[in-house]
Amino acid sequence: MKKKQIYMDYAASTPIDPRVIKAMLPYLKNYFGNSSSLHDFGNKSAEALEKSREIIAKIISADPREIIFTASATESNNLALKGIAFANREKGRHILISSIEHDCVLESAGWLQKQGFEIEKIPVDKYGLIDPEVVENMIRKDTILVSVMHANNEMGTIEPIEKLGKICRTHNIYFHTDAAQSFGKIPIDVNKMNIDLLTASSQKIYGPKGAALLYIRKGTNIEPILHGGGHEFGMRSSTVNIPAIMGFAKAAEIANEEIKKENERLSKLRDTLIEGIRRSIPKSHLNGHPTKRLSNNVNMRFDGIEGESILMLLNAQGVAAATGSACSSQKLQPSHVLLALGIKPEEVHGSLRLSLGRWTTKEDIDYVLRILPAIIQKLREISPVN
Amino acid sequence: MYSKKVLKNFYNPKNFGEIKDPDAVGQVGNTVCGDMMWIYVKLDKDKKKIKNIKFKTFGCVAAIATSSMLTQLAKDKTIEDALKITDKDIIDNLEGLPPIKHHCSVLARKALGIALENYQGEKDK
Repeated sequence: MKKKQIYMDYAASTPIDPRVIKAMLPYLKNYFGNSSSLHDFGNKSAEALEKSREIIAKIISADPREIIFTASATESNNLALKGIAFANREKGRHILISSIEHDCVLESAGWLQKQGFEIEKIPVDKYGLIDPEVVENMIRKDTILVSVMHANNEMGTIEPIEKLGKICRTHNIYFHTDAAQSFGKIPIDVNKMNIDLLTASSQKIYGPKGAALLYIRKGTNIEPILHGGGHEFGMRSSTVNIPAIMGFAKAAEIANEEIKKENERLSKLRDTLIEGIRRSIPKSHLNGHPTKRLSNNVNMRFDGIEGESILMLLNAQGVAAATGSACSSQKLQPSHVLLALGIKPEEVHGSLRLSLGRWTTKEDIDYVLRILPAIIQKLREISPVN
Repeated sequence: MYSKKVLKNFYNPKNFGEIKDPDAVGQVGNTVCGDMMWIYVKLDKDKKKIKNIKFKTFGCVAAIATSSMLTQLAKDKTIEDALKITDKDIIDNLEGLPPIKHHCSVLARKALGIALENYQGEKDK
């Protein structure tokens, strides 16, 4: 019998939608030209690039010239933080980031600190929410940038981006948001939300890896990191990865068309899973906000057991999941996100993230609810903590 | 990432549980990763050999597998020989551990060491 395979790690990466592959194929097979070249081969690629830019710009109510394609959300976040910091260091050196940002924002900020910038972290409440008033009080005369993610990758909490953007606009400070987890899942209007810089990624929305973007509002004072042939309006030199960007644009188009229906479907499945786990497993708790959360994110913690062990037992039964446990991280540190929520290190140990997606079915949810209680029970029998 | 032997010991750990009236108990916690391990030892009637040994572990795959392996290695050994079990013995018998997980084997060995030292300390009182 073929082993059952249920993928519940869509927040880590998504499979490519067949419709996206179809859109990419001609650019992998035939149209290989460098989009900077003047001949027909180049023109064909340049056309595809500009079409993709238009498609994506429209989705977030931006101008096409404000979209800079990059190779990853990590690159986009690096460009946003380092680019703004270096271009505006005469104005000030104070940068605010949330305490639950992705490592690529945290590490970029950490690197900037070594270069003489001052980084302050915005605290979150027990649900992972940022209080805009707190941010307003943290802003100083020399603050040049505020970076707060739209929705958290680990526990799914959605931040009050529109309010934060407004505060930054009032104080004339650049506002960046990492929307890697929310783009394609939550409608985004960069004007309505007062966003100056926004990161989005292809591989989280059923597009290929190797394509992402940074939206940069017109008139923003920012320095590029990659210097060279002047691609992407001089903001990101590198030969442009046309097939990946074609795929990204197609994926964004599909996600945008299906956003409402898919959110309704997924949030139902999400709530069934959360409630089912809570009902069937004692000492289980939800991490993150109960309602202000991504439609596809379930993050639970179980007292007295460890996440990597849960993961491996789930994997043995065909279910792919993730955890914030120290044991599963290369740094052997518990998830900084869950710690920021005030959850104790030993509790973070037993966290489990199940992230749903386009191919998750009710049967998948039922299967996980059927096998999970016995897995937790087995590990609790081995554990000395009750 | 994990060897077949590690996974075998994780999916079907040997000697887990408690011993009701143990001769020795050792407990260690790892502040780095948050793991916790208890080792229970029952000696034979001459109080020389380990007749029964059990563990309880709050930890990852490697922590559970090393606990399971340590108890198998220590069972039926004299106290003296059990104290000679090294981290390398545990890792080798598991056909290797990822380097980042080597500290888990230290944890199991330490828990046994503490148990046996506790026992000897009590005895010498």
